[in-house]
Parts: sequence; C-alpha cells; structure tokens
Amino acid sequence: MNNVQNKKRANKSSLPFFFTNSFIVSFIIIIISSILLIVTFTFDIVPPILNRGIQPATFPKALLVLIIFLTLIVYFLSLKIPWKKEKKLPKQFFITLYNFILFIIIAKTLDFLLAISVLSFLVSYFWGERRIIYLLLVSILFPIIVFVLFETILGLRFPPGIITNIYYY
Amino acid sequence: MENLYLMMAPLFSLKLLIVLFFGTLFGLILGVLPGLGPTTGGALILPFTMTLDPLSAIVLLTSIYCAGTYGGAITAILINTPGTPAAAATCLDGYPLAQKGEAGRALGMATVSSAIGGIFSVVVLVFFAPLLAKLAYEFGQPEYFALAIFGLTMLASISDGSPIKNLIAGAFGVLISTIGKDFMTSIDRFTFGINELSEGIGFIPVVVGLFAISEMLTQSTLLDQVFKRVTLKAVKLPSIDDYKKTWKTILRSSGIGSFIGVLPAEGGTVASLIGYAEAKRWSKTPEEFGKGSIEGIAGAEAANNAATGGAMVPTLALGIPGSATTAVILTGLIIHGVRPGPDLFREQPEFLYGIFGSMLIANIMFFVFGFFGAKIFARITLVSNKLLWPMIFAVSVCGTYSLNQSLIDVWIMLLFGAIGFFMRRYGFSLVPVIIGLILGELVEGTLRQSLVIFDGNWLMFFTRPIVLTFFILSVIALIFPLIKRKKIKND
Repeated sequence: MNNVQNKKRANKSSLPFFFTNSFIVSFIIIIISSILLIVTFTFDIVPPILNRGIQPATFPKALLVLIIFLTLIVYFLSLKIPWKKEKKLPKQFFITLYNFILFIIIAKTLDFLLAISVLSFLVSYFWGERRIIYLLLVSILFPIIVFVLFETILGLRFPPGIITNIYYY
Repeated sequence: MENLYLMMAPLFSLKLLIVLFFGTLFGLILGVLPGLGPTTGGALILPFTMTLDPLSAIVLLTSIYCAGTYGGAITAILINTPGTPAAAATCLDGYPLAQKGEAGRALGMATVSSAIGGIFSVVVLVFFAPLLAKLAYEFGQPEYFALAIFGLTMLASISDGSPIKNLIAGAFGVLISTIGKDFMTSIDRFTFGINELSEGIGFIPVVVGLFAISEMLTQSTLLDQVFKRVTLKAVKLPSIDDYKKTWKTILRSSGIGSFIGVLPAEGGTVASLIGYAEAKRWSKTPEEFGKGSIEGIAGAEAANNAATGGAMVPTLALGIPGSATTAVILTGLIIHGVRPGPDLFREQPEFLYGIFGSMLIANIMFFVFGFFGAKIFARITLVSNKLLWPMIFAVSVCGTYSLNQSLIDVWIMLLFGAIGFFMRRYGFSLVPVIIGLILGELVEGTLRQSLVIFDGNWLMFFTRPIVLTFFILSVIALIFPLIKRKKIKND
C-alpha cells in the first residue's frame, strides 16, 4: 500500500504540471478544439426557410464543446491517477517521420513511384537493413510490382512524374 | 429450406470458392503478422474488390475477417505477441502452454475453439439478422438517431483505453465526418479553402493511416525488440480429455462472443477478454489460468471468433458496424451500391445468404489451413520488419490513392498515421475514431431530420418508446465502465 502511495507521489512530484504528458496532451486537444470552435463561427448561416432542423455549424460546435469538456475531465482525473511515463522516442521514429515529409515533397515535385522507392529504401536502411539485394528488392522491385498491379488490375492512372511518364509513354 | 439452399450456393460456385480460398489465406497471413489485422487488411484490399461483383467482394472481406481473427492466435501462442488485439487474451495461457513444450496442443485447441465459435456465430447471424431487420421496419429517423447514439456510447466500454478517452476518440471520429459540404445545405465546413475537402474525408485514408501507418511508426520504436519463439512441430487435435474439459467453456464463450459481437461497436477484443474471464470464473481449476490452461485458450479463442458473426448482425440488418472490421465491410457494401438494412433482406436474400454461407465455409477453411499450415504461417513472422513495413507502406499508398485517384487522400493517410501514433502512445484507442467516422453522418443526418419531423421540439424524442429504450441503454453503456471499475477496486 505504502509502495503504491510512494510511487504515486514520485510520479506527481517529479515534474512541474505543465511538463506532464497529461497536461501537454490535454492542452493540445483543447487548443485545437478551441481554434476549430472559433472556425465554426465563420460557417455560413442558412436562412430559416432553407434551414432543416439546426444550423450547419450547430452539430460540430456541440461536438467540439463535448471534446473540450471530456478532455478537461481526463486532465483532472490524471491529477488523481497520473498517466504512465512514456519512453523517449528513438531516432528511427523521427527519421521515419521525416521520410514521410520527404515522400510528400518528392511525390509532389518529381514522381510518385520515385517517392515510394526513396522512402522504402531510406526506411529499410535506417531501420538497420544493410544487405544491398534486400534493399533493392524493397525499394525497386516491390514498388514496381505494386505499381504495375494497381495500374493493370484497377486500370489506375498514377500522377505524372519523371518515371511515370516514361512508363505511360 | 430455400434460404438453406441459398446459403449453400457458394459451395457450387468455383469463383466464390476461389475468392474464399484467397480471402482465408490472406486473412491468416494478416492475422499472423503482429500490427496488421483484418481491419487494416480489409481496408488495403478494398480497392481490389472494385474488380469483383458485390457478392464476391463482400465474401472476400468477410473471409479475411474470419481468418484474420483466428490468425492472431498463432503468434499469440508461439511468440507471445498477439497478431491481432482480439488475440491478446490468448497470450495469457497460450504462450505458457507452448513454453511447456505443448505448442501443438495449444494451437490445436485455439484452432478447434475458433472454428466452433465462428460457426456458432454464423448460426446466430442466420437467425438473428433477419429478426433484427424486421424490427428495423419500426425504425424512423429518431430511432436510428437513438441507435447511433447507443453505438457511440458503447465505445466507452471498449477494453483498450479509458472510457472517457474512448468517448473523446469517438467524438473526434464524428467530427471528421462533418468535414466537407454539409449534406443538407451544401455549406462548406472545415474545408479551409481546399477544394478536395469539399467531398469530405474518405474512410479508407483514415483507416489505413490510423492502423497501417501509425503501426509503421510504432514499429520504428520497437526495432530492438527481440521475440522469444517457441518451436512448433505440428498442430495436434485436442484429446478426448481436453474436449471433456473445455466443451462447456467453448459453448459459453461462443454465446458470449456472439452476444458481444451483436452490440454496436464492440468486437472480438472485448469478447475474448470477457470469454476468458468467464472461463476462469467457471473453471474447476482457476489456479491454472495464466500458467498454460487449455480452458483459457478455448475461452478466449471461441469468444473472439464468435464475435465475427455477431458483429455482422447489426452491420447487415441496421447498417451499424459491430466492430472496426465490419466498418470496413460496411464501406465495401456502400462502395458496391448495396445498402444494408431491412430492405436488403427482402430484396436480395441470395446476396445475404451467400454471405452467411461463405462465412460458414471460411470458418471451415481456416480450420483446415490452420491445422495443416500453422507451422508455415508461423514462419511469416520471420520476415524482418525492416523489409515488411516499407512494402506495406507501398501498398498502403497505392491503395489509398486508387480509390479517388487523389494525392490529397495520401496526405490525409499520412496525417492520420501520425495522429494515430500519438493517440495510441497516450492511451487513446483508435477503434472509436473509425466507429465515430462511420456513424457520424448517420447521427447528424438523423438528428436533423428528426428535428424537422418534430418541428424543432427536442422533447419529442422522449415520446417514442424505442428511442427511449436506446437512450436508457446509452446511459447504462456510459455508467457500466464506472460500475465495472468500482467492482474491480472492491474485489
């Protein structure tokens, strides 16, 4: 029993309240919800003759108020029972996330298939794969198979790009 | 009799048998791979179903659902990692039994109890879905609104995550459904001037993002994880003694699983946990639970597979998904122009009973595949994450793009991948977002139409008995987790 109380105390006292996960998460949810709530006030208002039941903004407004209210409850409950401390995120996580951004940039500016290949190569490499055959398999052969499969079976037309244009040519 | 014939129709269709074969195989592979599962797999395969007729498409999705739910048990028993969340309870006794050198016996029991649970639930589906559909004829807009609210409040009882966090996630899902043009007045909401958002946010980018991409990010944090594997010689059918010990548990869990499955939004995960807990409560040897009890495996596995048929009941009869995977199946139905509900039972019985029959065959098929092929399927987990996840990324990106041929969908998928990762990290379950998203339009649409019927008078909701019943059930659904927590505290 004492152990449990000591643990709780340790969790509570180790960080100022604004550094705790529960505060940060609740704060972010409330801020985003509040911004969206303000946005709902910019929605067009329908004249009574066209309005069916309620205004288009009413339902999202109610939802956002509900989310803010429930988040406050979650935060106050976390003061009683603190959230468990999460491990620090490893560097591979951030690399994967950055690769997503790189994927968007390449897909938007150069080529969709190239973007998939680059992401597959980089993710596989930074996750620890060093065998060149496997890297080529994952980053070149497999994306081409998927590309052709979707293109032929579904009759899909992928967005134009430096490699895709050659394929369609 | 005619319905029985319609149910058996897939047996005489080579095309459907091939679809069932590949669906079951694909479902097993997805179930075995930790982090993937029938929900993600169903969402990824959805674009390919466009090349099939509606019945084959839904048969493919349901066979993935049935086999994927069972497949999770293989990794749960052999590497102590549930292939799907619904197999989490199977780890508790499956792995300890495998460590004792009885992996074959553990897998045999999981296979038999899963198949019995699944077949039992199809029987429930055949009897109860038409009854529920008949009842649905009494439903007007206010009743559907109350039912959808009941479905959303049931999210509080989903096992992973706290009840309030689940409700926040559910409300977030409903909020996503409001993005785009308001369907009654055509007024833009949360589009921020982006034309592509006027059509709203698609279901598939959100599902693939939340489940596949967020899992990829999760896997990037687990690269140093080492799995302890138990070797498997062959799957053994349970002995007569095992059957004597577990037949009551299997039947009880099949009933529990089917019932939990029927409840909107609840799925195999909740069913398996309750099935496991009840198996322990009624067991003559509860002290063996957690140390390799064969009853524990039977209780969890019969329940999670029984939830598959149960979850299809509200999906087909009311258009309310019984679980996250049935939400994908519901999307598949809508994409193929099939509108679930009472009219479907009257107008297209051959379609419905074809699905029922296919689910029955899928349960038999995964039994055969699991029994003879578990050893091979277990080897799939040997594929390195360094290779597997980039490949899943490629399929996810192309699959998401293919639905509307829109790059915005791909960006949305990536965004929801990041959101899903942080949601899971901080204890928010992802299933409520999916259920909220799929029920969102129904909730808002029926609310507004009801208010038109009631001339804006909210109190009129309480004058209708079915609405009142659903509201009372909703209150119970909200209070139930609190009572449960208090009971656990007192115990």
